[in-house]
Amino acid sequence: MGELKLMKGNEAIAEAAIRAGVDAYFGYPITPQSEVIEYLMAEKPYETTGMVVLQAESEVAAINMVYGAAGTGKKAMTSSSSPGISLKQEGISYMAGAELPCVIVNVVRGGPGLGTIQPSQADYFQAVKGGGHGDYHMIVLAPASVQEMADFVTKGFDLAFKYRTPVMILSDGLIGQMMEKVIMPEHTPRWTDEEIIEKWPWATTGKPGSRERNIITSLDLDSGRQEQHNIHLQKKYKEIHENEIEFEEFMCDDADYLFVAYGSSARIAQKAIKLGREKGIKAGLLRPITLYPFPAEAIHRLAKQVKGILSLELSAGQMVEDIRLSVGCDIKVEHFGRMGGIIHSPAEALQALEDKIIGG
Amino acid sequence: MTEEIIIAGFGGQGVLSMGKILAYSGIMQDQEVSWMPSYGPEMRGGTANVTVILSDERISSPILTEYDTAIILNQQSMDKFEKSVKPGGMLIYDGNGISHHPERKDIRIFRIDAADEAASMGLTKVFNMIVLGGYLKVNPVVELDNVIKGLKKSLPERYHHMIPDNEKAILRGMEIIHAVE
Repeated sequence: MGELKLMKGNEAIAEAAIRAGVDAYFGYPITPQSEVIEYLMAEKPYETTGMVVLQAESEVAAINMVYGAAGTGKKAMTSSSSPGISLKQEGISYMAGAELPCVIVNVVRGGPGLGTIQPSQADYFQAVKGGGHGDYHMIVLAPASVQEMADFVTKGFDLAFKYRTPVMILSDGLIGQMMEKVIMPEHTPRWTDEEIIEKWPWATTGKPGSRERNIITSLDLDSGRQEQHNIHLQKKYKEIHENEIEFEEFMCDDADYLFVAYGSSARIAQKAIKLGREKGIKAGLLRPITLYPFPAEAIHRLAKQVKGILSLELSAGQMVEDIRLSVGCDIKVEHFGRMGGIIHSPAEALQALEDKIIGG
Repeated sequence: MTEEIIIAGFGGQGVLSMGKILAYSGIMQDQEVSWMPSYGPEMRGGTANVTVILSDERISSPILTEYDTAIILNQQSMDKFEKSVKPGGMLIYDGNGISHHPERKDIRIFRIDAADEAASMGLTKVFNMIVLGGYLKVNPVVELDNVIKGLKKSLPERYHHMIPDNEKAILRGMEIIHAVE
């Protein structure tokens, strides 16, 4: 049994990283995620587990430090918020190309541009469609509680190393700043150098006489080999689709209408559903936990049961496109969401369901 | 039982820490809790507020538009949150600096002059604990024992010598809160 704490989502990410045996955190402060690096600096894990905590000179430097550390088979992570994540895209694309594991946390704020420091979910496209260049995907996990902020650090590294791919935890200012109860996992020791050599034969751990050099690169100027590499990546993404989709259903059994929402909007949708049921409106929620891979089949299945679907996102409507691709039948699929850092209330969400789906 | 609370005032009045102590107290009695602060530019010297939910069930939305209880510590917050109390709910306010007193007839209204009291006790830092005491008197959502345990969890050890003053302030708040007819 772990330890019960009251923590902000951002602090939970940081504490969970220490406990997960993470080797290195490289970051650069930005609201609303600065508590991640603040917490790590205050806890000084470099004096206990030996975890490196470093404030880089920029977001670009931080992601490239992650690239370097990940190349040696270490558990490396970074975190930022929307404008900072945009800066990291080159590094993320390189790591996807070089097949390196890492965890990147985005505590999303309103955009575009510097936007606002208040919560938003407008980075969905960037996270799931490949914010950087080239044919790649990241596994994208969407925590809806402080507990999941903590749990997804370990889960993120497990997936990152299983598939040799960057994993993003796509959170937002609400989940990052709120405090809830969280049960922290027990400490997992960092891997020793010997363990890394044994587990990850691809890592650049120093060349013994017994094998060829390991080369970490995303560059291959031979188009034939580059195409083969892309085919290999696509095969990997297919495997991720087959094995790693996760979602949660809330009051779907008897639902006439369906909310699809992730992260903070999923919490708001749950309250909207409760308010609706007091008025006799039977709605349920499908909450994607993985945004990539997307739970398309679950939505397809529920679409046959319900009369309409409302996508609730703190954006102009991004995930709604993936929902429409998943539905596969002729029912109404609409979007509702506030923007610019304004958070829709449960009452507004219910009203939108009534206006756009039930009455529309 | 679910209690949805907004605490709103100026930055520096201890609004966020009061919410945190309530949340810790809820944990001490095995409740689900959430604490969601305003973290915008307003917290750098202007108004600050925090939504705290204590519940026996899993908490859905940490963001609300109406509340069982509003604890209001300045005029701006009164203007913003008086109308957000659920009918039958409760509004507690400090009269210090309030020019427009609450007028609703469908809620219970209590006044606690905690700022004046903190000044006369010579303990201005425990102002928020006087308010908390008043709230717990009229709505004992958490037990005093659990608040003290919550204080111990929430305060760094170097401040534990201040716990007796905090307890004194809570008890004083329980004495001075009064209903407004």
